[in-house]
Amino acid sequence: MPDPQPVTVGPGGVAAAGGILLALALAAVVLDGVLAARAAGLPAGAAVARPLDETVRLLRQRRRAPVSSDVLLWRLGGGGLVVVALLMVAVVPLGRWVVADLDVGVVWFNAMDVAVWVLVWLVGWGPNSVHSLVGGYRFLALALAYELPLMFAIVAPAVGAASLRVADVAAAQEGLWFVVWMPVAFVVYCLGVLAFSLWGPFAVPLGRDVAGGVLAELSGVDRLLVQAGRYALLAAGAAFAVPMFLGGGSGPVLPGWAWVLVKTVLLLGALVALRRRLPAVRPELAMEVGWVVLLPAVLVQDLVVAVVVAARG
Amino acid sequence: MLLDVAFWVLGLVAVASAVLVFVVDSMARATYALALSFVAVGLALLLLEQSYVGVVTVLMMLMEMAVMGVYMVMYMGMNPALMPMSMVHDNRAALGVSAATFVVLAAGALLVPWPVRRGVPAPDVTAALGEALMGRQMLVMVVVSPVMVATIVTGVVLAAGRTRYDRFGDDLDASPPRDPHRGGVGR
Repeated sequence: MPDPQPVTVGPGGVAAAGGILLALALAAVVLDGVLAARAAGLPAGAAVARPLDETVRLLRQRRRAPVSSDVLLWRLGGGGLVVVALLMVAVVPLGRWVVADLDVGVVWFNAMDVAVWVLVWLVGWGPNSVHSLVGGYRFLALALAYELPLMFAIVAPAVGAASLRVADVAAAQEGLWFVVWMPVAFVVYCLGVLAFSLWGPFAVPLGRDVAGGVLAELSGVDRLLVQAGRYALLAAGAAFAVPMFLGGGSGPVLPGWAWVLVKTVLLLGALVALRRRLPAVRPELAMEVGWVVLLPAVLVQDLVVAVVVAARG
Repeated sequence: MLLDVAFWVLGLVAVASAVLVFVVDSMARATYALALSFVAVGLALLLLEQSYVGVVTVLMMLMEMAVMGVYMVMYMGMNPALMPMSMVHDNRAALGVSAATFVVLAAGALLVPWPVRRGVPAPDVTAALGEALMGRQMLVMVVVSPVMVATIVTGVVLAAGRTRYDRFGDDLDASPPRDPHRGGVGR
């Protein structure tokens, strides 16, 4: 049962929100490792310890920076991804609780996902390395293609609920989840989440064909932060979909906060699993697909939602 | 008290990072110093309880600066701006103009007799601001926006090196069009 007036939590709650996001990101790493092991026909046991192994390895690794790299911008870009993911989940209500009950929470989420443009490009620019820079430009090319469809996709639930407050959007889905009658917006939103997390088909900015792209020169704790940021963004995107499309905390038996977590974990698992099922999106072709196919489709979706809302009065 | 501190900190960040645009020697740093300045202004708007306007300012400016950075690196400077560069040209005249502009604007802000508040703020200040800015001029705005779109399209068409005859042939019947790069939807 979603609560239309969520309680803003104190500092302890903020720390808890960060902890939950980190736990979700870790779960995504483990799941991805298990799927990778299974795809390679190896035992999955080692994948469970993988996040810990990799964290310890990167924390012990020495940070290095190429000659005349712009260390300030590089580190800002790399460290910013986790921060942006935290700021995204700040507006997602967990049952009764929310970190920041903004009246324009939907726009806030959008502003944060645009900040990823800046951060990824800076990670590409910073190290003064060709491969990184190519990766940064690839991301911007993809961003121009996916961002407008993503924006109009999150417009649909906001119009459906007649509010930009995330808690209002969740509360407006009593009886019928928005994913049921806004399927196009939901699919485009999920593609956007994959894209701003540099995940699966949208991982070409860090592709092997450009020697790792934006990851090429990252080492030690800097690499750890960027990789953690990607998984955290994926988790934050899944968490934000719950109040927007999946009915928020509504569901039988369990309390609201538990349903939010269950739905987030399920969607996150699906997004992680998609990584090995979709082909890579070529940046030079993405623009036309985004603007000739996805954008009109999602605009029609918005029109349908607006007409339904107007007809209902 | 807390709001006062926030206002002054955001104001100082906005001005200081705007100055940095002309101090730093890298196109990327100049671009993102400007972005930081805009973000500080956007956050300052939140202090006016214009939360929509403030957050949208942050959103648009981050997006704009990310794209502008690409163009700055492409076009500015004799080298393609990958080497150290300066944003300042014709220093003496520029200093004179900017100092004069600053004095005029600051004098205006200080000397104008500011009105005292009558009544109380509207419950939804964002809607009130929109009404005050656009209410009477709605017809003008509605006319201006298609004109602007037409201008953009015309500009792109005039600037494009290849016309539709290059793409579709003299009789405009070539299919698929002859483009140097394939598009993403099979054209």
